[in-house]
Formats: sequence, structure tokens, C-alpha cells
Amino acid sequence: MKREKRHEPDLALHIEDLTVAYEGKPVLWDIDVNIPPGVMAAVIGPNGAGKSTLIKTVLGLVKPTAGHICIHGYPPRQALKRVAYVPQRSSVDWDFPTTVVDVVMMGRYGHLGWFRWPGRRERRRAMDALSAVGMEAFAKRQINQLSGGQQQRVFLARAMVQDADVLFLDEPMAGVDATTEKAVVALLQELRDQGKTIIVVHHDLQTVRDYFDWLVILNVRVVAQGPIPEVYTGENLRKAYGGRIALLDPDSSGETPDAVPREVVN
Amino acid sequence: MLELLGNHTVQTVTLGAVLLGMVSGLLGSFAVLRQQSLLGDTLAHAALPGVCIGFLIAGTRHLGWIMAGALVTAVIAALFVQVVTRYSRIKMDAGLGAALSVSFAVGVVLLTYIQGHASASQGGLDSFLFGQAAATRPSDLWFMGGVTLAAMALVALMWKQLKLVTFDPLFAGSIGLRVGVLETLLTAMIALAVVVGLQMVGVVLMTAMVIAPPVAARQWVSRLEHMVFLAMLMGVISGVVGVLLSAGVAHLATGPVVVLVASALVALSLLLAPGRGVLWSWLKLWREQRSIGQRQMLVTLHKLAEHHEDPYYPVERSMLDSFYGVATSHILRRLQARGFVVPASHMRQEGPHWALTDAGHNEARQELERMDWNQAEV
Amino acid sequence: MQAFLNDPMAMILLTGALVATSGALLGTFLVLQRQSMLSDAISHSIVFGIVVVWLLTHAQSGPLQIAGAALTGVLTVFLTEMVARTRRVKRDAAIGLVFPALFAAGVLLLNLYARDIHIDSHTVLLGEIGFVWLDTMPLAGLEIPQAVVWMTVATLVNLGFVLACYKELKLASFDWQLAAALGLAPTLMFYLLLGLTSVTAVAAFDAVGAVLFIAFVIVPPATAYLLTDRLSLMLLLAVLVGVASTLCGYPLAVRLDVSIGGTMASMTGVFLVLAFVLSPRYGVLGHWLNRRVKYSG
Repeated sequence: MKREKRHEPDLALHIEDLTVAYEGKPVLWDIDVNIPPGVMAAVIGPNGAGKSTLIKTVLGLVKPTAGHICIHGYPPRQALKRVAYVPQRSSVDWDFPTTVVDVVMMGRYGHLGWFRWPGRRERRRAMDALSAVGMEAFAKRQINQLSGGQQQRVFLARAMVQDADVLFLDEPMAGVDATTEKAVVALLQELRDQGKTIIVVHHDLQTVRDYFDWLVILNVRVVAQGPIPEVYTGENLRKAYGGRIALLDPDSSGETPDAVPREVVN
Repeated sequence: MLELLGNHTVQTVTLGAVLLGMVSGLLGSFAVLRQQSLLGDTLAHAALPGVCIGFLIAGTRHLGWIMAGALVTAVIAALFVQVVTRYSRIKMDAGLGAALSVSFAVGVVLLTYIQGHASASQGGLDSFLFGQAAATRPSDLWFMGGVTLAAMALVALMWKQLKLVTFDPLFAGSIGLRVGVLETLLTAMIALAVVVGLQMVGVVLMTAMVIAPPVAARQWVSRLEHMVFLAMLMGVISGVVGVLLSAGVAHLATGPVVVLVASALVALSLLLAPGRGVLWSWLKLWREQRSIGQRQMLVTLHKLAEHHEDPYYPVERSMLDSFYGVATSHILRRLQARGFVVPASHMRQEGPHWALTDAGHNEARQELERMDWNQAEV
Repeated sequence: MQAFLNDPMAMILLTGALVATSGALLGTFLVLQRQSMLSDAISHSIVFGIVVVWLLTHAQSGPLQIAGAALTGVLTVFLTEMVARTRRVKRDAAIGLVFPALFAAGVLLLNLYARDIHIDSHTVLLGEIGFVWLDTMPLAGLEIPQAVVWMTVATLVNLGFVLACYKELKLASFDWQLAAALGLAPTLMFYLLLGLTSVTAVAAFDAVGAVLFIAFVIVPPATAYLLTDRLSLMLLLAVLVGVASTLCGYPLAVRLDVSIGGTMASMTGVFLVLAFVLSPRYGVLGHWLNRRVKYSG
């Protein structure tokens, strides 16, 4: 086997000079991102900032124009078993003929050999993950009977059985109920406390400070990144969102404001 | 009808229909679930120029060459759609339509070229347009059987990859599956199924063979393995019933009869399949609406009785009618049958009056509690 | 004038240009509404309408056939929407279920009752533009090919429809919800558009056949879509590309002695590929060059 020198092995995610373009338009422009292991990081930015593209590129789903990516020091294709990905719920057809436990077992497919079928062990792992997300009663259900929040829990269970070190989640709180949002956040924080790195594309600026401890603000370029207290400032947010930001809390004098994009305020 | 099965031609055609039903049900399931049903349509039309090219190469109606040619042009058309939709702003529908119509046009050009230039042995090429099941030869069956077996083996071996790529391609990519390769493989296999069916049911009707059996199957089952199996069965049923009907009844063209049988199976499944069938949901909706009407009525009567401090307060039906905006007598009669209301007489008898029974008051109280509980839940 | 009308080449080119124009006018909106495949569905299921009208009235062309075609087209779309609205079947599958069933029913009826008539499914699917000049009708003292008469009517009606309902069609293509909220009746526009597509298809099937007609509906507008962002310009370019295809296709077909309609329709594909590669803004070559300039700089 070819041994490659690991590059920046102490970082969970290391991105250098990454540029991605769709149809000739740059979506990400020359970005550097470093995320240490064991944090729960949010990736925020306005629509079209390239948040989802960033994750898809890291996972090798989108080919970059330039730059390179390391996960725990390995290039993405060698780190496949170290990462888990939770796509946006809306990216799949929930009328697909399959059961809840079946979807969760898909998380083990990457660990099975090419022609091996999932067996009893995979099923047991899937059931354990389902009870961790409070969905064990739904194991045999058809997936089209699930609510939005339940769908998200199933996807999370699937990511959990992957035994990954780094979890990427694309808008996991979009369109789920408050109870599920709290449960998902608690679960993610628990995983972080076990030493895993959680990287979440997030859209709700108001909850960033409560849920996360690391922040990457993106708008085609990286506006700012680092621990929440240092990065979550009015200035940085204004830089990313431009005039579309409305600061709700005048007392905080722009240091750590409760910020909401103005589209939401209107 | 049974003596028909003794007929050699009918035997061959029936066996061909069985194989066609199996392969199109199997591969069509994946096409329908990937929401690429109309890909089969495009592939079928795009096979026409390949049929002609195969004929031109072989110089005669040699099935092997013709099918190889058809497969090649069908796959080229599919790749064209993929490239055009990925690298330009043209959407899937226009990409499919453009590939379909242009390749068919090229096919027509080649067909007329053959008619004008090649030797007279071109007879039978037209059968690929509209299908001519009776032209199926025993040697064709070996070919069709081989394709069917290969497709089944491939799906069995790669089951979990194909399932994952069909359900969640993004996730499949994230665990390292070659999504593009698998999708192209699926497309090529659908092209293969289409090519196999061409001479039996023809270009246009092959579209239905790829779509109808899987859609019908999906209504009855909710697991992929069951759906694929049932789709193959539905394909076989449509094929065999269609062949026997067309041969036995009026010597009708086989392709259209097969497709109409498949369409009838879809209609039946959409209406009747337990749980998913449209009739079942209507029934459920109707029952729910009826029960809501009854529950509302109980609560209304209960509250009126409370307001008037008379548990047996008689309410005039015409008042209820105008309150609900619809005739309420059928609701009241059903509640009466359940023992919750009784007709009541009033001092001034202007019209029918109704009052709650004790059982009715109990039921209404329970209903109110349920509503409170539901509200607390929210 | 009569000399012009007697000239086979002039009549073939005129018919081709009329088919291209009428198709592109409607196709532009179908492509923008992502409903291109409905034109495919309609042009196949129209066989059913043609056969039924023939069985009932023995009319092979004329107003009854046109009314029948419009009804069949609307029926196809209506049935498709109905199947899709059960939400048990995705829309693409619904399209693919409805039109083959209608087509099959049409072929069977033909098979059962009309083995001897001239509307066999070959003509319907393929057509032969080479013979349009033979089939004439008297009009205003002139002998005019029937196909030219009917295609001129179809083109004028389509043009009138597009001009009269331009803003309704535009908004329905761009933002269906808004169009509905503003009372611009996008659903009515949708059915009118597809009804006219059916009428044009039946007028065109003698000339180019049903499947080749789809090429003129979908491909020139798709080509124009790669060249411009403005709707009015897209309409114009689509018509130009369609007409250019017929003009280029004819001499080529004569030279190779192959189907004229087929060659004309194939040419639309050539224009699409050219636009796909060469379009300054949306072509792959343009992107590639842009990228080189941007990233090397």
C-alpha cells in the first residue's frame, strides 16, 4: 500500500486555497478553513454563499477547480470511513419503498464489502442507533409515514452507525419541530463530547451561540472563522450578510448581537 | 385458449413476452424510482437509428447487429441528455425531448436511406417501429433470455449499491460509491431492456412496458425487493395475457394489447391497492368527515344544553341546519342509531326537535376532553 | 402566383417553415415551463383522437379532425394531471403511463375497424413532406396545397395567441403562483397552450409526422434558450432556428435521397449542438474560455 505523508494531522478538517466553480461562476473562492477535532462547528452565510457546496466538495461529491482538502490529515477519498454525511432531507424521495431500519442500515454499506449483504449485526447496530434517537418504535415503518422531524432523526441515526470521526450535516434543523431540534442538538453535543467533530450548515443565526462552539462565516470567501466568542461579532456578520442584517439587540453595541437576516424580520 | 399454447408461434411469442416482462419490470423499477421514467421513452426512440445502422453493417436483418446498434445509439442519446443537462441551462425535460425527437429523425433518415439504397431484404425493419411480436424467432429467445439473466445477476450482485444510488445518491457518493458509474450502468441496462422489447412491442409502446409494471407494483408493496419482484410478475402477466388475447381473440397487434393490459393493471392498482389505493383513501376521508360531523354535533348539542341548564334541551333541526350550513338530518339519524340523541317534542311543535341522551352527554364530554388534550399537546 | 404554388420545392420549404414557426412559438413556453415532454405525449396520443374522429365521421382532415385533436391533447394532459394528483405516481411516470395507453388504444381501433384507410400509424408518426404539393384545394381562385393552408391557419392562430396572451404566458412560465394570485389564469393558459399544440400537431402530421413535429417544438426553443435571456428574443431566435433547419435540411435530403422531414428535424439537432458548444454566454466553450481567463489571471 502506498504510504502518504499526512498533512496537518492535528486538524479534523483542513482546507487550503479551495476554489469551486459552477458553470464558470465561482461558488467558493480561494478559501482556507481549519477546524480542530472535538468541536461543534456551524457554517453560516447568506443564500448562495457556498455552504452546501463546501460540504459537498469536502466529501468529494463536487470536484474543486483548485485547492486541497485534508480530513484528519488524509485526502477525502482515503478518509471515507472517517466521515458521515447527512444530506438535506429534501434531497431524497420519501415515498421510496423502504423501511426506517433499512435506511439506517445504509449507514453500514460503506463498511461492507462490495457484494456482501447487510446481516443481523448491521440490523442490531441500526436498532441501537434508532433507540438513541428515540425512533425504535418506528423501525418497521414505511418511510413515507414519517414527519419531517422523524425523517431528520432517521438520517441522524444513519450517520451514527457509520462510526465516523467527523459528521457533516446539511441544514439539519430546516423544517423540523422544536422538540426534534432540541433532541438533535443534544445528540450532536453528546457525540461531540465523545470526541467527534460535528460540522453543520446552519441557517438560523439566532441559535448559533446556543448550539455551537466554533463558527465559520462564509460568503464565497471565508469572512471569519474560529471560536464563537471571537467570531460571532456584528462586524463579521455585517460583512457576510451586507445590509441585509438587522441587529435586534442595541445594548450589545455590535459585539455579540442577536442578529437576524432582514428577510426574516420583514 | 389453451389449444393456442400448442401453436409454435404462440409458444415462442409467449415465452418472449415472459422474458420481456421480467427484464422490463426489473429495470423499470429503478428507472421509475429514480424519477427517470421518460428516459425509457427517449431510449426507445433513440434505438431506431441504431437499428438501421446495425442493419447497414450486417447487410441483413441480423438480430445481434441490430440490437448492438440500437444499444449503442440509445446509450449515446442518454449520455447526450446527461451532458447537456449538466453542462448547460437546458433542463431534463427539454434534454430528453430533444434527444428523443432528433435521434428519431435521424432514424427516419436512415430508414429512408436503406429503403432507397440497400437491397430489397430490408423487410421487417419497420417492425421495430411498431413491434411485430409474431416475427419473434426461437433464436431470438436465447438472446432475450441471456439479457434477462444477465440483468438479474447484475441487480442481485449489486443490490445494495443500486438501492442506495436510487434512494440517496448524495449519501451514496459520500461513502465512496461511484455514483456516475452506477447511474450510467443503470441507464445502459434500461437501454438493454428497451432494445430487447423493441421488436415485440415497438418503439412507442416500449415506454409503457418500462413504466407501467413498476408503478402498478409500487401500489401494493412498500419494500424495494418486493416491488422489483412484483413488477417482474406484473410485466409477465401483461405480456402473457396480452399475447394470448391478441392471438386468440381477433388477431390484433400484440404490442398495443400488451400495453393496454399493463395500463389496466396500473389503473386497478391505483384504485384498489390496500392502504395506498385511491378508493381506500376516499373511504377513509369519507369516514373521517362523517365522524367529525357527528362529533361536532354532539358537542354543539351538549353546549346548548349546558347553556340552557337543561340536559334534555330540545333543539330544532332547522336551527342546526342553518348553523352548520348543510342538512343535518343524516348526521342526527346516525347519532340516533348509536343511541346518543333522541327525537324530542317541544311545546310549540314547529318542526322536528332533537335532544341528547345521557350517553350522548358522556360522549360529548369525552370529545371535549380529547380536544383539550390535543391542544395541550401542541 | 399559381406558378409559385405549383412549384414542389417552394411548397415543401413553405410548409417546413410554417411547421417550424408554429412549433417554435408554442415550444418556447413549453420548454420554459419544463413541460416539453407533454408535446411528446400529445403527438403520440393524437393517434387516438384521429382514429376516433375518423370512425365517427369519416373525416380525415378539416375542422372536425382539428377539434378532435385539440380534445385529445387536452384529455391527455388532463389524465396525466389526474394520475399525478393522486400523488401515488410521480409526474414523469404519469406522462409515460397515459400517452402509450391512448396510443395503444388508437392503434387497436385502427387495427379493428380501419385496416383499409390511409391514416395508418406510419403516416401519423412519420409523415411525408415531399408529397404536400400533390394534395391541393381551391381557395380564392388558386389551387393551394392543403398542408400549406392548414399550416398557415395554425401558424396565424398560434401567433395571435402568443401576441394576445404574451404577458399571461410570460408570467405563467416564470412564476405560476404569482400568475394565479394575480388572476392571470395560468391553468387556462396551460391548457390553451397544449390544446393549440395538439391542433398544430394534427395540422403538421401530414407534412412531417407526429414525432418529427416534436423536434420542431422542443429543439429550436432549447437552442434559443442557450443564446438569450430575453423571452421576446428567445421566441424570435427559436423561429429562426426552426426555419433555418428546414432550409438547410431540404437540399441535404434531396442530395442524399432520404426523408425530407427527417432531415429537416435532424438539422434542428445540429443547431442545438452548435449552440451548446459555441454560445457565448451558455455554451461549454465559452465557459471553458472564461475559466481559463479567470484562473490564469
